[in-house]
Amino acid sequence: MKSVALHSRLTSLFLKGFTLLLFFSFTLSSYSQEVDEVKQKEGRKLFRSLCASCHKLDKKLIGPALGGVEERRENEWLKSWIKNNAEFQKVNAEAAKAAEFHPSAMTAFPQLSDLQIDAILYYTTVGEIKKDPIVAEGGVVTTQTGSAPEWLIYLLAAAIVVAFLMIASLLKQVSELKGNKKPEVQSNLKRDLQELWIGVKNNTFLKVLGTIFLLLVGAYVVFGTLFSVGVDQGYQPIQPIVFSHKIHAGDNKIDCQYCHSSAKHSKHSGIPSVNVCMNCHKNIAEVAENTVVELEDGVVLGKAELDMEIAKVYKAAGWDPEVLEYTGEEKPIKWVRIHNLPDFVYYNHAQHVTVAGIACQTCHGPVQEMEEMYQYSPLTMGWCIDCHRETNVDLKNNDYYEKIHKQLADKYGVEKVTISQLGGLECGKCHY
Amino acid sequence: MASNKKYWKSVEELKDSSVVETLSKNEFVENIPTDNFLGDKETLETSSTSRRDFLKYVGFTTAAASLAACEGPVIKSIPYVVKPNDVIAGVADWYATSMADGYDFANVLVKTREGRPIQIMPNKEANGTTSARVQAAVLSLYDEKLRLKEPSKKGETISWADADKEIGIELLKLKEAGKPVVLLTGTMASPSTSKIVDEFTTAHPNISHVVYDAVSEAAAADAFQAMYGRRALPNYKLENAKTIVSFGADFLGDFHGGFEKAYVQGRKPETGKMSRHIQVESNMSLTGANADKRIVAKPSDVVFSLINLYNAITKEGVASKATPIDSEIQKIAQELKKAGSKAVVMTGVNDINAQLISLAINRALNSEILDINNSLNIRQGNYEQVQKLVSDAKSGKIGGIITYNVDPVYSLENGADFAEALKNVSLKVAIAVENSATVNAMDYALPAPHFLESWGDTHFSEGNYGLIQPTIQPLFKTRQFQDTLLKWSGSSTSYYDYLKSFWSTEVLGGSSWNKALHNGFFQKEVALTEDGVETPRDISIAEVARILKMNTTPSGMELNLYTKTGLGDGKQANNPWLQEFPDPITRASWDNYLTVSMADAKEIGFSNPVKDNGSINGDFAKVTVNGVEVVVPVMVQPGQAKGSVGLALGYGKTFGLKEEMHVGVNAYPLYKGGNNIQYNVKVEKASGVHEFACTQVQKTIAGRHDILKVTSLKDYKTVDPKDHHHGWNKPAYVSYDHKEVEANTIDLWDEHNREIGHHFNLSIDLTSCTGCGACVVACHAENNVPVVGKKEVRVGRDMHWLRIDRYYSSEVETREEAKELGLSRGEMYEALETEAENPEVTFQPMMCQHCNHAPCETVCPVAATSHGRQGQNQMAYNRCVGTRYCANNCPYRVRRFNWFNYANNNEFDFNMNNEYGKMVLNPDVVVRSRGVMEKCSMCIQMTQATILKAKKEGRKVNTDEFETACSSACTTGAMVFGDVNNKEDKVAALAEDKRAYNVLDYLQTKPNVIYQVKVRNTNEA
Repeated sequence: MKSVALHSRLTSLFLKGFTLLLFFSFTLSSYSQEVDEVKQKEGRKLFRSLCASCHKLDKKLIGPALGGVEERRENEWLKSWIKNNAEFQKVNAEAAKAAEFHPSAMTAFPQLSDLQIDAILYYTTVGEIKKDPIVAEGGVVTTQTGSAPEWLIYLLAAAIVVAFLMIASLLKQVSELKGNKKPEVQSNLKRDLQELWIGVKNNTFLKVLGTIFLLLVGAYVVFGTLFSVGVDQGYQPIQPIVFSHKIHAGDNKIDCQYCHSSAKHSKHSGIPSVNVCMNCHKNIAEVAENTVVELEDGVVLGKAELDMEIAKVYKAAGWDPEVLEYTGEEKPIKWVRIHNLPDFVYYNHAQHVTVAGIACQTCHGPVQEMEEMYQYSPLTMGWCIDCHRETNVDLKNNDYYEKIHKQLADKYGVEKVTISQLGGLECGKCHY
Repeated sequence: MASNKKYWKSVEELKDSSVVETLSKNEFVENIPTDNFLGDKETLETSSTSRRDFLKYVGFTTAAASLAACEGPVIKSIPYVVKPNDVIAGVADWYATSMADGYDFANVLVKTREGRPIQIMPNKEANGTTSARVQAAVLSLYDEKLRLKEPSKKGETISWADADKEIGIELLKLKEAGKPVVLLTGTMASPSTSKIVDEFTTAHPNISHVVYDAVSEAAAADAFQAMYGRRALPNYKLENAKTIVSFGADFLGDFHGGFEKAYVQGRKPETGKMSRHIQVESNMSLTGANADKRIVAKPSDVVFSLINLYNAITKEGVASKATPIDSEIQKIAQELKKAGSKAVVMTGVNDINAQLISLAINRALNSEILDINNSLNIRQGNYEQVQKLVSDAKSGKIGGIITYNVDPVYSLENGADFAEALKNVSLKVAIAVENSATVNAMDYALPAPHFLESWGDTHFSEGNYGLIQPTIQPLFKTRQFQDTLLKWSGSSTSYYDYLKSFWSTEVLGGSSWNKALHNGFFQKEVALTEDGVETPRDISIAEVARILKMNTTPSGMELNLYTKTGLGDGKQANNPWLQEFPDPITRASWDNYLTVSMADAKEIGFSNPVKDNGSINGDFAKVTVNGVEVVVPVMVQPGQAKGSVGLALGYGKTFGLKEEMHVGVNAYPLYKGGNNIQYNVKVEKASGVHEFACTQVQKTIAGRHDILKVTSLKDYKTVDPKDHHHGWNKPAYVSYDHKEVEANTIDLWDEHNREIGHHFNLSIDLTSCTGCGACVVACHAENNVPVVGKKEVRVGRDMHWLRIDRYYSSEVETREEAKELGLSRGEMYEALETEAENPEVTFQPMMCQHCNHAPCETVCPVAATSHGRQGQNQMAYNRCVGTRYCANNCPYRVRRFNWFNYANNNEFDFNMNNEYGKMVLNPDVVVRSRGVMEKCSMCIQMTQATILKAKKEGRKVNTDEFETACSSACTTGAMVFGDVNNKEDKVAALAEDKRAYNVLDYLQTKPNVIYQVKVRNTNEA
């Protein structure tokens, strides 16, 4: 035990020296081996839950930066301060002086044991443990780009082939006209093809059949094109801020309606106002070390780039991350709207979210996996109607439907009805 | 008996005009104008564009258009930086506030979306009412053309600080020189503002405050002061009245701000209590149209008959003159005496002596209806002081004039003199919401906010205090009038703080400010004098009558100036909703005109020929009053007294207005002495033809005049409504299998099952409907109904989803009975025409009837119009291809076709063509595009919102929770909307009422709109 203690003391001394270096350089690098990971983990957990709202390791927040705080204060001093700084200030002149650092008083934590405080302080000393950089886990979402480009390519290819054949035949004819004799000997295949072609040319039935076939293909292509006009499934515009739903809704499991709070009240889901971003981002000025966002076009954004994106939020909110104050110079963010319904359609989020209790993902797709938001559903009328035809209405858990449910049950013995049976397919319900 | 009446809409109909007959058969008065170009063979042949070229163009443009359509526009969404707590995008907020613009005063609720007001509704808790003008005021907020945007000095922009400094120096100079300065405002009825003005005039003793109302009711206020010692207008508790006699007082219009709510409360046939209303007047007013008995007399006779009534009641013999209606007056006296203290007399003659006689009659009757305690503060104008100001300014006595929201250059009889006199004034400041000729004539123009952007308070009647709160951030660099005065008085308090402390000390008496602000009003006990009635002063009526007789010197024609329901005093003349609003009586929009009686028209040679596109033309008349001459178009008006003409004030305003709004003729120069009656008027025919935009003969219902049912109170009480012969609400009969059967027993269609879920009905009580038209404007605001302009209205392309049809009727036999009596066709019409000199008027709001068996639905080739199970006839605009079959098959003529794009179109430069005006659009209702049919949707967006609210809260829809825009705007409660499957909803009982009927029920369209038979109290007491 003694040796362990000695060892740990030595380590700690070594580490302390190292942290000092770190403190000046404001970077937290790795201590893969010498660190007591269990203690660091416990300290990190406590720090996150109790301290992080006011303190950061490397930067001043509401309170001072705490990285390497043990270098500046005695362990006992810190313990007294943390447990009850108000009381401590009365007996310790230095503490009273320290309190002048920031006007807002720190909360007392009498519930913390010495061991816990040690763990926290250990964490402030060693900081984060750097793991091997994680390779982006192929988390890129395969977007359903519209079918248009694909068939366009085929069409173009076909057109090129046809053009090629036409040119070839023209050249041949030209050469024939010039007097060049037809090559006497032809390969079997070529001759066979030619005979087949002549056969088809002379057969009226086959000609008609061919024409019909061509017309059908043409019609299919034209209808396909026209029906996709105005359907923007897969629409994924470039946004003014690279906002990753995957990081927020996926990795950090923030509820959709925390940000899109009007979805439950209003027809609009609402793009969150910047002050909602600031609820968290006031304390989160930068992303974690190894965060990577891989965009659709293959561009990979690392920490440096992503921190700049957070800086954009600060700019919009008029927040000065250096002095930690609002400057009042606000600049609204101009997001590009992805889900656009025509003016003649009335859609209400609250109806679907609050009343029907449908998950956002039903229409918006796996948002929690999307680095960049795109339109998942076609948002066509057929798509709406299909759902309205199939979905049953929960008649029982809403007093509004009580009478209707009773009447239906009395009259038809029906327990379940679909939206369309309740009139959800009427034109006037969505078009006014 | 209802069936014995002939109903008609236009004078021309009585002349058996074949044009009108043809028109009544066409849904759209005009055919598609293909002949314009196809008929012109020559041009077609010489045109350089060949058919092939044409096809090329078509092909190319189609291809280009579809290519352009493939690329969707990028739409930006910009959220708040810091979202206000009470704003949720997509959810409406309502604020209680008050309107006080100097002419219209109302306690209102304002609906805002995303921080912008989009609709004004009456604050029913405060007993508030809205008129068409109050409803439309929300659009005037967004009038970017007319509103003042920043302070300016002689047209150059100036900062508020500089303006304050310069004006402050000037005011000080004038104060030291002791030169009088006049603060000229309209009636503000604001106690805190009065106090601020007092403080301002105390700080500057040389400043005096003059109140100027463009349309004066000063005589009534002066008379009240003479008799009761307080300058105010008397109130009338018409809800308790038994007999109401009005001498030209348009009390359902603008007389004392209107009393339609109380009036209708006292006229409910089902309670058995119905006041009897007799109107003696020369113009056909809205009030006269609603009267049980209307007596036609020219203005001088109205005055003399008022004195005669005084004599008849008091048995005195004050000076008067015999009139042709004296026998009627005797009968009226009997009726009034019988009603005793429940009787009331009003007069609209703006003459102090006439007003005094009216008050004296009420005193003689011991009337409880005349309320002198809860008197009204909404007309404080003092015409004499204004005229003195003009003469003083002319003679150079005045050092400065500060105006606030008044436009005397336009609305004074001698506005030009006023403008001229301003040249002698050194300090000229206009504080105003909107630009005007007066603002233009001043040196400084200081913008004030619209009432929807302002703080303030109101004190309409003694017991009713109201608060004004902003519902939107100021759109322009404005500063409130009160803030300006506070600043100039040297105070540093903001008006908001001032208002708050003023209310806590002077008004609230310990009640909560927040609650008062939330409610928008504060009721206060009216302080009564000791015995409950103020002691009236003794006034010699004999002397009053002598002067009145002396001043009433009829010779020649007599002119009765009036205000129209749409424009009022003309303050909102730049408001397209109000300009397009058809006058309830004449059904003309975008105009004022000289109303001439049929007899006089015949004599002078005026007529209103109907053109084959349904429009009406009019001759011009030259009207001369006291040497002032105006030329106005003529409208022949049934019910106009012979020897009198009528002309509306408030028109002909041009300064700063959009070109389209330069309509009508300014009648203010004829408004001598602020008196609405002018004698010695010369009316001559002038050359030229005026083109009216009048919907009078458009959209007639093909002679199916049984669309109206009217009965008398006596019959209502005693006769079985379904009686085969005399019933006043008998069902329609049709012949089936050669037998007469009730029409509703046979049907072409299968019945829908409507027991489950909601089933909406709208009930319209024709007895309670005064025709005020607030619903028409409310419908505009709620449903984004476009304004189409004068030219389009003229050819019958107005877009009103809801119109109020006005029918004249006369007590003569039907065609069949005329035949039985052996009258020839000519004789019958002659009989009709004599009756038409004073016809009965009935209003009928008409909108889509939402037929359960709708004729429009079966003819739509693309199923764009279909029936919902909640009873609404639904119109899917995006599905409509514009065949217009539906409109042709609609027996009610309520479908409207979008001939053009009315939004973002410079040809229709109204509110939908500029960024500010578009802010009034309701985001829940689509703006329709060209080529589609539209019509009343029974406010499906409102019913759906109500249902959704209930669903979200997990509860049933409350009783009477469903509303439509028209029903919530209806001041008198004539329109009631609700769910008939909820037996507690008011409408469920109304649908079963014995007065309930469906229009044109024999067509078996089974409408979801129910009308209640109009009951008139025609039985003489």
